[in-house]
Amino acid sequence: MFESLSERLSGIFDGLKRRGALKEADVEAALREIRVALLEADVALPVVKDFIDGVKEQAVGQNVLRSVTPGQMVVKIVHDALVEMLSPADPEGAGLAIHGNPPQAILMVGLQGSGKTTTSAKIAKRLVERDKKRVLMASLDVYRPAAQQQLQVLGKQTGVPVMTPVLGEQPVAIANRAMETGRREGYDVVILDTAGRLALDQEMMTEVINVRMAAVPSEVLLVADAMTGQDAVNLAKEFNDRVGITGIVLTRVDGDGRGGAALSMRQVTGKPIKLMGTGEGVDAIDGFDANRVAGSILGMGDVVGLVEKAAQVVEQEDAEKLAKKMMKGQFTLEDMGEQFKQLRKMGSLDGILGMLPGAAKVKNAFDQHNVDDKMIARQEAIILSMTPKERRNPKEINGSRRKRIAAGSGTSVPEVNRLLKQHRQMADMMKKVGKKGGLKGLMGGMPPGMMPPGMPR
Amino acid sequence: MAEESQGWLARLRSGLAKSADRVGGAISDVFTKRKLDQAALDELEEILIRGDLGVATAARLTTALAKGRFDKEVTDGEVREALADEIAALLAPVAKPLVVDGGPRPFVLLVCGVNGSGKTTTIGKLAAQYKAQGKSVLLAAGDTFRAAAIEQLQVWGERTDCPVIARAQGADPAGLAFDAVRDARDQGHDIVIIDTAGRLQNKKDLMAELEKVVRVIKKQDATAPHACLLVMDATIGQNAHAQVEAFKDAVEVTGLVMTKLDGSAKGGVVVALAEKFGLPVHAVGVGEGIDDLKPFEARSFARSLMGLDG
Ligand SMILES: Nc1nc2c(ncn2[C@@H]2O[C@H](COP(=O)(O)OP(=O)(O)OP(=O)(O)O)[C@@H](O)[C@H]2O)c(=O)[nH]1
Ligand SMILES: Nc1nc2c(ncn2[C@@H]2O[C@H](COP(=O)(O)OP(=O)(O)O)[C@@H](O)[C@H]2O)c(=O)[nH]1
Ligand SMILES: [Mg+2]
Ligand SMILES: [Mg+2]
Repeated sequence: MFESLSERLSGIFDGLKRRGALKEADVEAALREIRVALLEADVALPVVKDFIDGVKEQAVGQNVLRSVTPGQMVVKIVHDALVEMLSPADPEGAGLAIHGNPPQAILMVGLQGSGKTTTSAKIAKRLVERDKKRVLMASLDVYRPAAQQQLQVLGKQTGVPVMTPVLGEQPVAIANRAMETGRREGYDVVILDTAGRLALDQEMMTEVINVRMAAVPSEVLLVADAMTGQDAVNLAKEFNDRVGITGIVLTRVDGDGRGGAALSMRQVTGKPIKLMGTGEGVDAIDGFDANRVAGSILGMGDVVGLVEKAAQVVEQEDAEKLAKKMMKGQFTLEDMGEQFKQLRKMGSLDGILGMLPGAAKVKNAFDQHNVDDKMIARQEAIILSMTPKERRNPKEINGSRRKRIAAGSGTSVPEVNRLLKQHRQMADMMKKVGKKGGLKGLMGGMPPGMMPPGMPR
Repeated sequence: MAEESQGWLARLRSGLAKSADRVGGAISDVFTKRKLDQAALDELEEILIRGDLGVATAARLTTALAKGRFDKEVTDGEVREALADEIAALLAPVAKPLVVDGGPRPFVLLVCGVNGSGKTTTIGKLAAQYKAQGKSVLLAAGDTFRAAAIEQLQVWGERTDCPVIARAQGADPAGLAFDAVRDARDQGHDIVIIDTAGRLQNKKDLMAELEKVVRVIKKQDATAPHACLLVMDATIGQNAHAQVEAFKDAVEVTGLVMTKLDGSAKGGVVVALAEKFGLPVHAVGVGEGIDDLKPFEARSFARSLMGLDG
C-alpha cells in the first residue's frame, strides 16, 4: 500500500538528473518525502525530526557521484544514517552478557503478547547450541492462563529444563528458587520469563523491579513487536527508566511491518537491539541485522542481503561458465535445472522476493502466474526426469517422451510442455542478451530463471 | 457492577488520558491564543500522527479543521472539541455492537488475528458476556499450534462455565472447526466461538489454512461463519492497514475488536481504518480480566483521544 521511497524520490529528482552538489532546496524536498516514509514506517515523530535534521546536515553540499541519480544518493545517505543509528554504539554490546559468575540471569520483560515466552525458549536453545551453555528457564507469569504450561511445553520442545511451577508461588519467590536451583545444579544461565505488563500499571512495574532486585540479572531484555506504532517511544522509555533494560529484542520481523519502532526504541533508550525474532519456531531467532531493518523501514528491501546470500550459493565459476555459454547462445535444460537448484538453495522464493526492492509488484506478478516454491520444485523434477541426452537436445523430446517424463516427475504433459516452451523462450532471450554482451558476474543467469513466460521484464 | 463500569471507564480514560496527555498537552502549547495558520496546522497534523492516525488521515482531519477557521484566533479548547467532533463523526458509523440475537442458531463466530493480539482472551470475555445473557456457548480450541494455547482456552472455559472442544496440539484446525459446528448444532448451543492460531498476514500458507477453516465450516452450514472478528492490539501502528486488508481478503472479516486500550497506546489507527474500510468496530479490550471487554463508543473514544472529558 505504501509507495516505495525510491519511487517517490525519483519523482522529485526527475528534473535534476545532472547536477553537481546536492543543493539545500533539493535535499529539503527529498527529506519531506523521507519524513513521510519514516512516519508510515512507524518511526516515532520526535525521532523522525532528529533524524531528518541530522541527515540534512550530512547531505547538503555532497557531490553526487556520477553513476547515481541525486535521488539514489539521498537514499544512500539516509540508509547509511539509519544503519548507523540502529547499530549498537559498541559492537561488544551486540551479544548477550552472560559472563561473570554463574548462574547469570536473563530477565525478559515487555507488553502483553509481545513474544517474551517464545523468545525465552529461542534464546535458551541458542545459548545451549551455539555457546554450549547450561541453561535453565523459569516462568514468572502467574497471571495469564496456561502461561507457565506454555514454557513447560517449549522446554520439552527445546530440551531445555524448566522449573516446575509450584501452585500459588509468587514471581519474586519463583525467581529466587530458580536462581538457587541454578547455583545448586551448576547452570550457567537462568532465563526468567515474566508476565506481560503495561508501563502504566504501577503494581506490575513494581513487581518486575522487585524481581530484578532479587535475581540481579546481567541482561534485562525488552521484548517488543516490530509492528508497534508510535507508542514504542513511551513503552521503551518507561521500561528503561523504571526497570532498566540492557537490550531490546525485536519480534515478528518476519511480518511485513516496516519496523520503524526499532529506531524509536533504540533512539529513546540508547540500548542496543540485540536479537530479532523471525518466526514462530524455536529456531527463528537471529542477531540483529541493522541493514535488513533499515531497508524495510525505507521500503527498499535488503539489496545487500540478497547479493550476499546469492554470493554464498552461486559459485562464481559456475556463474561465469554459464554466462559464457549463454553468450554463445547455448542454454540447455541442464543449465535451467542448475538454476532451479540454485534458486532453491537461496531459500524460499518469498524470502528472496522479500529482500528485493519493489518486491510487492514482482510478488503480485508471481502470484498471478502461480509461481511459487512448489512450482519450482515441480519444474526441477521435470528436468530431473529427462535423460541427459534429452536435456541437451530438447528437440528430441517427442510426445511419448513427454508422457514418460510427466509420469516420472509426477506432473502432467501440459506442464512438461510449458517448461519446454519456457526453456525455449529463455534460451532465445539469453541469445539476445548474450549478443549485447551483458550478464556478467555473480548474478549471471539467475533472474531470467525466476521469470515465467509472459512476465514483464 | 456499577463499580465495575466506573472502573473501566476511569481506566480507559486514564489510559487514554496518559497517552492523550502528550497530544492534549502539545495542543495546548500550540494553540493558546494563536492564529490557525499553516505552521499551526502542520504542528497539529504531527500531533495526530503521534496518535497513530497516520499521515493521510491526519492531513485530512487538519484540513477539515481549518475550514472556516483558517487565520482566525482559536483557543486550545476549540481545537480539541472540533477535532474530537470530526473524529467522532468518522467513527460513529462503525461503532456497532455485534448482534447475535435473532441470528442463526448456532451462531458461528470465528476469531482471527496476528500473534498475541488478544484473540483467546477476547473469546473468554465474549463467552462471559453471552453466558450472562443466558445463552449457551461452545468454545473451540482452534489454535492447535502454539504451545499451551489449548490449555489457555480451557481455563477460560472453566472460568465462564462453557464447554470447550479440543484436539491434541498439532491437529488440523479445520477438522476441529467442522466438529465444533456439528457439536454445537447437535448439542443445541446458541453460539460457538472458534479460536484460531495467531498468524502474520503475509504468510501465505497460514492464511490459506485460515481460508480452509472457513471452507470446512461451510460444509456444516453454508451460511457460516456468521461473524468473523479480527482482533487487533492498540499498540499496532500502520501495519494495521495491511492486516485488515489481508484478513478481509482471506476470510471476509465482519468486524474488529481492539484490545489493550488500557495501555498508553492510543489505537488511533482505528480512525484511519474506519475511513478506509468502514468495518464495524464491535468492542474494545481494556484489561486482562473477564469483564474488561466494552462496547466501542465513537464519541468517548474520540474525546479521550483528544484528552477531553466524557
Ligand atoms: N492489558 C491488556 N492485556 C490484554 C488485553 N487483551 C489481551 N491481553 C493480554 O495480551 C496477551 C495475549 O493475549 P492472548 O489472548 O493470549 O492473545 P492471542 O491473540 O490469543 O495470542 P496468540 O494465540 O499467542 O496469538 C495476554 O497476556 C492477555 O492477557 C487487554 O485488553 N488489555
Ligand atoms: N511470526 C512470529 N510470531 C512470534 C514471534 N515471536 C513470538 N511470536 C508469536 O507471538 C505470540 C505471543 O508470543 P508469546 O511468547 O506467548 O508472548 P508473551 O505473551 O510476550 O509471552 C505467539 O503466538 C508466538 O508464537 C516472531 O518473531 N514471529
Ligand atoms: Mg508469556
Ligand atoms: Mg490465542
